Amino acid sequence: MFKRIAFSVNGKAFNIEVDIRESLLELLRNHLGYTGAKKGCGVGECGACSVLIDGVPTDSCIYLAVWADGKEITTIEGVASKSGELSAVQKAYVEEGAVQCGFCTPGLVLTTTALAESGKEFTREELKRELSGHLCRCTGYQSILKAAEKSLEGHICTCVDSPHYKGK
Amino acid sequence: MYNITGYYEADTLAEATALLAEKPKLELIAGGTDVLIKMHGKAEDTELFSLRKIKSLEIIRKAEDGTIVIGAMATFARVFKDPIIREMIPILTEAAISMGGPQIRNIATIGGNVCSGATSGDSASSLFALNARLKILNSLGERLVPIQEFYLGPGKVALKPGDILTEIRISPEDYQGFGGHYIKFAMREAMDIATLGVAVTCKLQGNIFDEIRIGLGVAGPTPLRCLEAEEFAKGKDISVETVAEIGKLAVRSTKARTSWRASKEYREHLVEELVQRGLKIALVNAGGAELV
Ligand SMILES: Cc1cc2nc3c(=O)[nH]c(=O)nc-3n(C[C@H](O)[C@H](O)[C@H](O)COP(=O)(O)OP(=O)(O)OC[C@H]3O[C@@H](n4cnc5c(N)ncnc54)[C@H](O)[C@@H]3O)c2cc1C
Ligand code: FES
Ligand code: FES
Repeated sequence: MFKRIAFSVNGKAFNIEVDIRESLLELLRNHLGYTGAKKGCGVGECGACSVLIDGVPTDSCIYLAVWADGKEITTIEGVASKSGELSAVQKAYVEEGAVQCGFCTPGLVLTTTALAESGKEFTREELKRELSGHLCRCTGYQSILKAAEKSLEGHICTCVDSPHYKGK
Repeated sequence: MYNITGYYEADTLAEATALLAEKPKLELIAGGTDVLIKMHGKAEDTELFSLRKIKSLEIIRKAEDGTIVIGAMATFARVFKDPIIREMIPILTEAAISMGGPQIRNIATIGGNVCSGATSGDSASSLFALNARLKILNSLGERLVPIQEFYLGPGKVALKPGDILTEIRISPEDYQGFGGHYIKFAMREAMDIATLGVAVTCKLQGNIFDEIRIGLGVAGPTPLRCLEAEEFAKGKDISVETVAEIGKLAVRSTKARTSWRASKEYREHLVEELVQRGLKIALVNAGGAELV
């Protein structure tokens, strides 16, 4: 059974028929070519498949494709600028050596991006909690935590009501 | 690919109950974090009925009479952030943040947690201690079920085909004047199922316990209350000795068993110890002096 839905991925609009049996991860990877979202466990434990849905980190392996109707989805392919310049979060991950095999990286960068864009401040303990839905088998997490901290420090927000607002 | 053979959704509760009356075999899906996981390796066909478009079910509010009303489709992330819950019933805020990891909390609902009927459900101990009542709707009407009567056995709850849980309700007499504390005991600090869940609330009168309530998860096939310990505490002095006795009596209400997570003996030891720790913090939150 198929169902027609309308949604966007990284700003690009889609209006297509999706198989009701498929997860959003399968839709993104197998039909639309966004292979940056990875399949680790397939059961919501590892975060390798995480994407932002209306800005909220979500495991796409346990999110049905039909639920994407009306949603704005961001995958790792949409994080760097159009000209290919890495985002501040991506740069922080590179600089801190927080990427080894890279399987967990798309999910972690997206969750960190959502934290940076929230404009909130986080203690180290809170940051650990916010990143706890991502498993990394390589780094031992120290470099990831440092990269996340760096991403949040460097954030200069232009919203006046944000604690990061530094004036013009 | 999930083995889904049909997919239905409704925009309103009226539509939902009408469709369910017609097709009582449909399986309800909320956040899907239990439903979809169970579908892996399940052979039989499943027709899903999604509640995700019924936005009225996500609301958390305080009714005029002070009752706190939590929509069944409120996610754990929403429950954690909600200012009413944080101010009035913080043991549910504590329970919400202990559940899963961020991506799970962003999608898993409190209604799904209760309807799954797991003794390890992180909302369960707190909702037991708060005497929550569940509003259940079907095409014939609605009813209120006390949470203690809702859990029937492992994975078994008092829902009949056609029923939808719409609200979780907590009355003012069950939270006003109480202080509480929730402890999730697990092997890891995140992304783990509880070895034991302990929610304690208490109300004090000067230097005596007026009322205490103890809700436990994973201390039996369903979440439970420790009624013997609660009865004992009434009117007793607030002292280390009383609290120790309450911890001992709490174990009597449990039906712990050995599982790969922990042995029966270890769980009973945890109940005795963690009920005391929980109560010591709860009584400070209720305005009492710290026990040393
Ligand atoms: C990686 C991972 C980690 C997890 N960690 C935890 C944890 O730490 N603590 C914990 O308690 N749980 C945990 N869970 C289990 C699960 O996330 C929770 O039980 C969750 O609250 C279920 O809610 P849901 O909205 O996803 O429910 P669903 O999966 O959509 O539904 C669960 C059940 O409830 C029924 N149902 C749902 N809503 C209604 C309704 N309104 N009326 C009637 N029936 C309804 C469904 O038919 C189904 O039987 C975890 C799950 C995963 C995948
Ligand atoms: S692949 Fe989705 S959480 Fe592991
Ligand atoms: S870098 Fe290999 S899993 Fe994280």
